[in-house]
Amino acid sequence: MSILVDKDTRVCVQGITGRDGSFHTKGMLDYGTPVVAGVTPGKGGQEVHGVPVFNTVQEAVEATGANTSATYVPARFAPDAIYEAIDAGIKLIVAITEGVPTQEVLKIYNYLKGKPTKMIGPNSPGIITPGVAKVGIMPGGIHKPGKIGVISRSGTLTYEVVDQLSSAGLGQSTCLGIGGDQIIGMSFIDLLPLFEADEGTDAVVLIGEIGGTDEEIAASYIKSEMRKPVVSFIAGRAAPAGKRMGHAGAIIAGGTGTAEAKIKALEEAGVSVARTPMEIPDLIKQRL
Amino acid sequence: MKVHEYQAREIFARYGIPVLQGEVCATPEEARKIAEKLQKSVVIKAQVQVGGRGKAGGIKLAKNPEEAEKLAKEILGMEIKGITVEKIMVTEAIDIKEELYVGMVIDRAGKKIALMTSEAGGIEIEEVARKTPDKIHKVGVDPLVGLKNYQIQRLVAPLFKEKELKQEAGSIIRKLYQAFVENDCSLAEINPLVVTVEGKLLACDTKVNIDDNALFRKELAELRDPGAEDPLELEARQSDLSYVGLDGSVACIVNGAGLAMTTMDIIKLYGGEPANFLDVGGSSSPEKVVNAMRIILTNKNVRAILINIFGGITRCDDIAAGIIEAMNKMEVPYPIVVRLTGTNKEKAREMLANTDLNFADSFAEGVKKVVKLAE
Repeated sequence: MSILVDKDTRVCVQGITGRDGSFHTKGMLDYGTPVVAGVTPGKGGQEVHGVPVFNTVQEAVEATGANTSATYVPARFAPDAIYEAIDAGIKLIVAITEGVPTQEVLKIYNYLKGKPTKMIGPNSPGIITPGVAKVGIMPGGIHKPGKIGVISRSGTLTYEVVDQLSSAGLGQSTCLGIGGDQIIGMSFIDLLPLFEADEGTDAVVLIGEIGGTDEEIAASYIKSEMRKPVVSFIAGRAAPAGKRMGHAGAIIAGGTGTAEAKIKALEEAGVSVARTPMEIPDLIKQRL
Repeated sequence: MKVHEYQAREIFARYGIPVLQGEVCATPEEARKIAEKLQKSVVIKAQVQVGGRGKAGGIKLAKNPEEAEKLAKEILGMEIKGITVEKIMVTEAIDIKEELYVGMVIDRAGKKIALMTSEAGGIEIEEVARKTPDKIHKVGVDPLVGLKNYQIQRLVAPLFKEKELKQEAGSIIRKLYQAFVENDCSLAEINPLVVTVEGKLLACDTKVNIDDNALFRKELAELRDPGAEDPLELEARQSDLSYVGLDGSVACIVNGAGLAMTTMDIIKLYGGEPANFLDVGGSSSPEKVVNAMRIILTNKNVRAILINIFGGITRCDDIAAGIIEAMNKMEVPYPIVVRLTGTNKEKAREMLANTDLNFADSFAEGVKKVVKLAE
């Protein structure tokens, strides 16, 4: 069991003929992910690692039954590719692209309202259901199938945490990075209910960081709605205010978005907040 | 990215927003000429992208061209919060009746463009929000729908009684919104928007931040003033690295922003003080490590360096090649602790076997070692 990515997932790679798209298509195929189609306008008819390339997402969906898109399209063209996937009826868009203009993502966010499509990212490392499929750029080998759900705003920090979990014998149901940008598709608050409802998930690890108030919003949901234990780590306690820490969304602005405020809100909601990623496995074991 | 007040003023003027008459310049002689042309008292404002320039003496009133030249000479070259004033704006002095606020930002939580007005202009809007929140009027605009008349009404109605002023302010808000959207702003602000004694509206201080993700647009990238940036942060950005300098003695080179922040946090947790944030990014070439090392070594507080890599797309052998190249190219007078795990870590270990680096098998061990070495 898992969320969003399962045995019915059929992936279409947008931007498959590009350097990143092609490289990560191979990585996804090596992991056993059913990558059924690729899309690059004007390059229909080609093949990349044996995957057929189409000119449009619509054609790819009709010919292959693709229901999930992994988007590696360069930032300035990514919004167009995302609208195309939405209009073609793709169920889950995983936007890997970094650097999409914020106002463009804001428009996409509002366009998605009321539509069946869900979007992870942009600036996401992707989503993986260990042993089933990975849609993204994370190293597959560190993951083990199991019953811990992982949601994160980060990439490599998530790998660090997953590695700690797997080493401690705690496999994962589904792990995903929601993206480091200011405006993103699905937030913690959209994903926690899916993990809460998933029979294959026993506990959730929530990895947050400075900037915005998504962790505080998640905390109020956890407090009132969640029965499954949640363990968290928040990055950026040592970060100065007013400076962007790598991720576009990781900035303490006008006193909002500090690690302290997030940790306090989460602890008040009954979440165990780890001081280091290394503490996470033990905290989970205590709560299970 | 922040842009200068004069650049924001130029953008706003292009959209038909009434701004103060005047010009930007870089010499006292030019300041004098601008004052002569305006034929009235002028205000001279230092063009630096930091708050509190008024208190620091960076804003002065001159009654005549001679005084404008004299004051311009004082302000140019002055240091305000570590930034040297290289440009000044010389604008007409006006008689102010009221100071208002108009601004817009991207609302992260509401997923809209938030437009705000206030009758308490001339002070920081965050302060108004804290002290007198009822004086802030706010609407959220769905960018797909655009700004509607009823929303403008809600923004201007609390500010004025006079119909003409309401209309004029509404027109300014509409133009500001257009400027915000078309220039990929993350913030656009007029503070204060002044009502003059003659009953006219004028944008007195103008502020714009541009979305960093939109800087592939050439016309926006050109607004950047390299002199306004921290030189090391600038150099890092040009090398495609993300760097923020701090005061501590433990430097770090990390892949990924989340892991880089966490590395700083744990250095602090184990009793050290981080000297920097540095993310070499996802796919790190050896060259990036060399550049990262060069930038770190310019920080005189550094006593020890931690290289913390979780290889995924980043290959540990690339990082190892970068470390070797850096040590050949420059003298590194501080101990280095290396923690490399993930893709090709064995190969990296072999490559580094004959060096005098300190190795750590885990994140925690690496941080403990480097904090000790920095003492």
